[in-house]
Amino acid sequence: MRLLLFLTPVLLAQVNVPYERILNADAEPGSWLTYSRNYSGQRYSPLDQIHTGNVSKLRVAWMNQANETETVQASPIVADGVMFITKPPNIVEALDAKTGRVLWTYRREIGNDFRGCCGRVNRGVAILGDTVYYGSIDAHLVALNANTGAVRWDVVMADPKVGFSGTGAPLVVKDKVIAGIAGGEFGVRGFIDAYDAKTGKRAWRFYTIPDKGEPGAETWAGESYKTGAATTWVTGVYDPETDTLLWGTGNPGPDWNGDGRKGDNLYSSSLVALDPSTGKLKWHFQYTPHDVNDWDSTQTPILADGVVGGQKRKLVVLANRNGFYYSIDRVSGKFVAGRPFVKQTWASGLDESGRPMRLPNTTPTEAGVLLYPSLGGGSNWYASTFSPQTGLYYVNAKEEGAYYIKGAAEFKAGSFFNGGGQRPNKAEQPWGAVRALDVVTGEMKWEYRLHVPSHAGLMTTAGGLVFGSNGTSFFALDASKGDLLWRFEAGGGIVANPITYKVDGKQYVAISARHVLLVFGVE
Amino acid sequence: MKLALFGAVVLAAEVVKLPTGRADLAAGRKLYENQCALCHGQTGEGGRGPVLTKPRFARAADDAALVRVIEHGIGGTEMLGAHSMSEREIRQTAAYARTLGRVAIKPVPGNAARGAELYRTKGGCAGCHDAGFTAPALQGVGSRRSAVYLREALLTPESAVPDGYLLVTAVPRSGGNVTGVRVNEDSFSIQVRDASGKVHSYWKSELAELRKQRGVSPMPSYRGTFSEDELTDVVAYLASLKDSE
Repeated sequence: MRLLLFLTPVLLAQVNVPYERILNADAEPGSWLTYSRNYSGQRYSPLDQIHTGNVSKLRVAWMNQANETETVQASPIVADGVMFITKPPNIVEALDAKTGRVLWTYRREIGNDFRGCCGRVNRGVAILGDTVYYGSIDAHLVALNANTGAVRWDVVMADPKVGFSGTGAPLVVKDKVIAGIAGGEFGVRGFIDAYDAKTGKRAWRFYTIPDKGEPGAETWAGESYKTGAATTWVTGVYDPETDTLLWGTGNPGPDWNGDGRKGDNLYSSSLVALDPSTGKLKWHFQYTPHDVNDWDSTQTPILADGVVGGQKRKLVVLANRNGFYYSIDRVSGKFVAGRPFVKQTWASGLDESGRPMRLPNTTPTEAGVLLYPSLGGGSNWYASTFSPQTGLYYVNAKEEGAYYIKGAAEFKAGSFFNGGGQRPNKAEQPWGAVRALDVVTGEMKWEYRLHVPSHAGLMTTAGGLVFGSNGTSFFALDASKGDLLWRFEAGGGIVANPITYKVDGKQYVAISARHVLLVFGVE
Repeated sequence: MKLALFGAVVLAAEVVKLPTGRADLAAGRKLYENQCALCHGQTGEGGRGPVLTKPRFARAADDAALVRVIEHGIGGTEMLGAHSMSEREIRQTAAYARTLGRVAIKPVPGNAARGAELYRTKGGCAGCHDAGFTAPALQGVGSRRSAVYLREALLTPESAVPDGYLLVTAVPRSGGNVTGVRVNEDSFSIQVRDASGKVHSYWKSELAELRKQRGVSPMPSYRGTFSEDELTDVVAYLASLKDSE
């Protein structure tokens, strides 16, 4: 015991994650080194100690509570026995991943400048070397000593007074920290930033809305590009094979009134492929041209390989908020296949290039027009997952329609710039399902029905499992058939992505429910 | 933290000035008719939601409170927040809602005392509603629902099933059906309260069948049971059940 006490601090003081470890994350499946574990966005773990045969014995190992009642939405990072999480209102914490004991806490004051559309939520940190990177709720990027929590540098990404905030986990690629930004409901102009990991100096900024004279600028009427939003509030992915950063973009602003921004509004509600060294655009794919339904495409895309017409293709796939599943060639950016994965009533389908064919009378009106899916979408920011073991893509699908309302939109910096909203469709009960889709075509293989729509992410493991949540419950399904194998009532709403890791030879599964982080292990 | 607390105090004391211009009121009227009238009635006469043709609103003593109620809704009630409205639209709507109170309130006709008697005796309402086991409690129903709505509820109860109220029959594999009101439900389990007040809890995997009777009310129609005058009196009684203000 004395020996252990003596040794433990030494071991914990050795967090060090050079880029090569993140690049080769599959070589150490017990760690969770980047937002989606590895760069593919698959949120699949090769760990199999917890499997279909013993998952029913999963029990709480430890918990960590936030002092605020806002939801903990962080996807933890686990490296060298330490877990790094973020908590409301503006906190980063390092925990001993085995016992849950707190190692250090970084607290940041939020000035009166903070706006934020949707609560003081944050989805986690990134790590490189012995530094942890945090995109703060007040739109700073902060570098912290991973072993002590001491601030190494702190730079302003954008002005919180006009609505910018940091909610997504940054992504480390090589020697840079890539960070998106939130604030799409305030008529800001979205961007993706890259910072030098050592110094915090900004290396490049990619504006998701082209400036006057740049290609794509013609897709915004008048001066509307200045307030066009297209924010980047969920972590993207990186493809080392093609050296490409792939990142989703949010809805154009104002959300539901497109009158002042006639045109396709590039690159809103799109996927952009960037050179991670320069931030230069390689290609883009717009899921919802001239979006008037608030269908952000920010959710983490997934890199997967699939066989198309007998040929192996490198794909990037996504079940979009607009109700369609898409597979795209990630080398060329060209559309491969797509189909609805939930009920949708706004488009007759996708054309050969993957462009949706919008039906008449499907734009918001003052009285409200009933459309499927609702503005929450067929799915949302929470993670989908792909299991190489089953070859299936899993999504938390939401079956819900809503009346889309168009309102006036008047821009005032720092105020909501929405131009409408939605009214629930009281005639129907919304419901949800975990759906397993063919990764190339999106064809449904099975579904596990949920009483109400879920707002939480999924994870697959080599143990043949899909972990998911519904309301206040956390559960595990058989990844090949969708049978329920285990469930846990957490007593607080789950709006987070699960992860799994191993310490001292034992596998754990972590999920946050409301303001509590729960960590499970098999006894 | 101190700063945040200070900020909250400042907000609570904020004085809101609602717009008074003709264009703002016209815009507010349009917003009201599209988004509020479904429950509160086209002219604020009430319905599913409370009557607004009155000088004072129970939940919005001043204009700042009214703006807050429109923006965020009222927790634990059917009043939703208007997240779709801009700050300006909320104020326009609030301004228009205040004008509704300039119409004189029509008193609800009927004899409330006689209605109370009918409620307990001939109507047999108390057996379900006062115990509160299978029927919603009616405290404050006069604040939430208009007289027109209450009358309709007595004649066609299925038109007035509250949100979240659901009559279910659970059929366990082991036998012994239970019919009652759903207390809670998720993907995995359901809790059902029977007429005696007992709560039955089932894992869904234990059930052979779960019948949900959406839009069905266990309440009988009082058409034919009550005379026209009696109906008016019962409505007067229900309308008199106000929240303490």
